[in-house]
Amino acid sequence: MDTAQKEQIAQEPKASVEMTGSVALLEGLIAEGVDTIFGYPGGAIMPIYDALYDYMDKLNHVLVRHEQGGIHAGQGYARTSGKVGVVFATSGPGATNLVTGLADAQIDSTPLVCITGQVFAHLLGTDAFQETDVINITTPVTKWNYQITDATEIPEVLAKAFYIAKSGRPGPVLIDITKNAQLQKFNFEGYVKCDHIRSYRPRPHVRQEYVQAAADLINQAKKPFILWGQGVILGSAEQEFKAFIEKSGIPSAWTVLGAGAIPTDHPLNVGMLGMHGNYGPNVLTNECDVLIAIGMRFDDRVTGRLDKYAKQAKVVHLDIDPAEIDKNVKTTVPVWGDCKETLPLLTELVEAKQHTEWLAKFNDYMRQEVEAVIKDELFPTSDELTMGEVIQLVNELTKGEAIIVTDVGQHQMVACRYAKFNNTRSNVTSGGLGTMGFSLPAAIGAKYGAPDKEVIAVIGDGGVQMTIQELGTIMQFGVAVKVLILNNQFLGMVRQWQQLFHDKRYSFVNITSPDYVKVAEGYRIPGQSVKEREALKAALKTMIEHEGAYLLEVMVTKENNVFPMVPQGCSVSEIRLK
Amino acid sequence: MSTENIEKQEYNITVYTENQIGLLTRIAIIFSRRKINIESLNTSPSEIESIHRFNIVITETREVVQKVCRQIEKQVEVLKVYFNTNEDVIWQEMALYKVPTEEIAEKALVERLLRENGARVVVIRSDYTVFETTGHREETDMLITKLQPFGLIEFVRSARIAIIKDSEGFNRKLREFERREPGHEPIENEYLNKGAKVFTM
Ligand SMILES: Cc1ncc(C[n+]2csc(CCOP(=O)(O)OP(=O)(O)O)c2C)c(N)n1
Repeated sequence: MDTAQKEQIAQEPKASVEMTGSVALLEGLIAEGVDTIFGYPGGAIMPIYDALYDYMDKLNHVLVRHEQGGIHAGQGYARTSGKVGVVFATSGPGATNLVTGLADAQIDSTPLVCITGQVFAHLLGTDAFQETDVINITTPVTKWNYQITDATEIPEVLAKAFYIAKSGRPGPVLIDITKNAQLQKFNFEGYVKCDHIRSYRPRPHVRQEYVQAAADLINQAKKPFILWGQGVILGSAEQEFKAFIEKSGIPSAWTVLGAGAIPTDHPLNVGMLGMHGNYGPNVLTNECDVLIAIGMRFDDRVTGRLDKYAKQAKVVHLDIDPAEIDKNVKTTVPVWGDCKETLPLLTELVEAKQHTEWLAKFNDYMRQEVEAVIKDELFPTSDELTMGEVIQLVNELTKGEAIIVTDVGQHQMVACRYAKFNNTRSNVTSGGLGTMGFSLPAAIGAKYGAPDKEVIAVIGDGGVQMTIQELGTIMQFGVAVKVLILNNQFLGMVRQWQQLFHDKRYSFVNITSPDYVKVAEGYRIPGQSVKEREALKAALKTMIEHEGAYLLEVMVTKENNVFPMVPQGCSVSEIRLK
Repeated sequence: MSTENIEKQEYNITVYTENQIGLLTRIAIIFSRRKINIESLNTSPSEIESIHRFNIVITETREVVQKVCRQIEKQVEVLKVYFNTNEDVIWQEMALYKVPTEEIAEKALVERLLRENGARVVVIRSDYTVFETTGHREETDMLITKLQPFGLIEFVRSARIAIIKDSEGFNRKLREFERREPGHEPIENEYLNKGAKVFTM
């Protein structure tokens, strides 16, 4: 019997078995291939936790220290594994603590299924203890949500939830289950996976005439330029993407979430887009004749001022989400569809070319950027350490094989700009929402999602203090993540803006830190703090070579700025080198 | 760019959906998030059992309406969204007016009033009378002005309902949706609509 047949049988309705809603939920999770859950118990989800007691050998539940940590861990897990992250939380405060993570997952298209407990159905709307209207609170930040009040609904709704979370443009789904439904016994008829909902069209039909129109534009182009985003990774289309750019010979730049879809060192990879992206990709956006956007959504951090964005160019936009077409940038040819499907069709039709001169322009700009910015950042001559040189050493020591999970701020931009990625799904960061506090819990999830990889959380001294409690999760579950704090004693990114745009009026950006090494020690995590260049490499090496979790604090220059920079409200071609 | 892309006008948005609790919120917040006022909203059954129909009226530019409609269509339980100008639809609103019977009987030429405004009497009691008209906004508004002098007690107007002139109904579409293949829905695009000349450089 082949596996397909086995699956078929597993899915065929069995003779019905009586079980509680809670057990049916866990059976459903197992049928969906779930092995890891990040969660936190409480009154309204106790029946599910009670059922979990008998499923400990099949489902690995990680007890986080805060539900926000739980959902960020779920996101980290989803991002590195490509699977759906699963999160449990109780009603009321447990559920509201998920909101930031849901918003983050929604804007970054991360597949999640969150299960929240809810008060008994008969208490709904009575302001019962720990009752909050979770469905309405989470509606704007979920792809779909649903409240279950009857156990018989559980298998079908769960199947729908997984299908919706991972298909099309992925996103977070929340299921709120009232306590009576968790306790209720019913006849479970087996779990049938969902692969179709009539009102939901996750995969648009690919129209060959548009693919042809796109290919015609590309074939006529003298200065074509590709922008790629996370869509390439979410669609598992890395190979198809590589084949496309290699045949067409088109210089390609990435959004923050697209980083790593092809190796950093690829000769056609011309760098990062956007506010702190590379010089060439930003300037030349306003010089190219055909702009080919693949699985990206023209976020304002990428486009800068829209009315001065690529006005000279014809725009080809490949996206799975029809609502993205023409949303921010007017498209000449929209190719909506799964890029795993559309890219090969396009590759077939484009002429094999090399845009040597055009590519050389990017390299020219890169040389200017190296002189003006990168050299000093990666190989500083001053005494104080820079964030860039830390990342540079991480590259050297991990050879680009590590998963880098960044928080939000200057260190995030520096890490994205300079980290070397050989592999896809290696860059985990909060892109669209810019959620400080994301990195530490997301790194925990990232490690569960890719246990064989080195996972390094790169965090600022501000962000680490937002979710530092997750060191407890690392301690209890022996999660081997490396916590690399780049401490500039400031909320650096805000300080940079205050310096550049608010006359250096430093308003509440000074931030003090505890002794992180001692804090780590309290959690039985070894660590050290360095501030001298001579000690840095050895410290990083110790961190990386250490078997378990390790915390390394690096004291860096206090008032460094991240450049280049497209100031808010300016065009991408007005990017500043200093 | 055609003027309808920059000029605001009334649009009638028709949404075919599954009948699902919470969907109204999901649709409503797409407007409120963009600070767009919903001028009229009607939910009703459609020609197909189990499929619901929303009629929404907003005053916006075509471009904004188009973007909003794509966001609505993206919702899992929404089957299809259409948007039309007033010229493209047959639409009606209904209004009820409550007036004191004594006043109206004494002072007004009731019969003429009804005839001229296409109104009819729904209830006559000794203390009040209720009229009803159905029509466009101007028509229902006109009767308010006329009844005001007679001590209009209460006025209410229903949401707009609209039928799309060139729609063939949703039956065939639904059968398409029930199949598993990806949808053939064309997505409107300003440039592609204009055809071949766009692609010469
Ligand atoms: C939850 C949250 N609150 C506030 C902000 C605004 N913010 C963006 S960057 C930043 C400073 C981050 O400081 P730090 O963590 O020290 O990193 P650095 O910029 O110094 O590298 C702040 C406050 C945010 N992005 N997220």
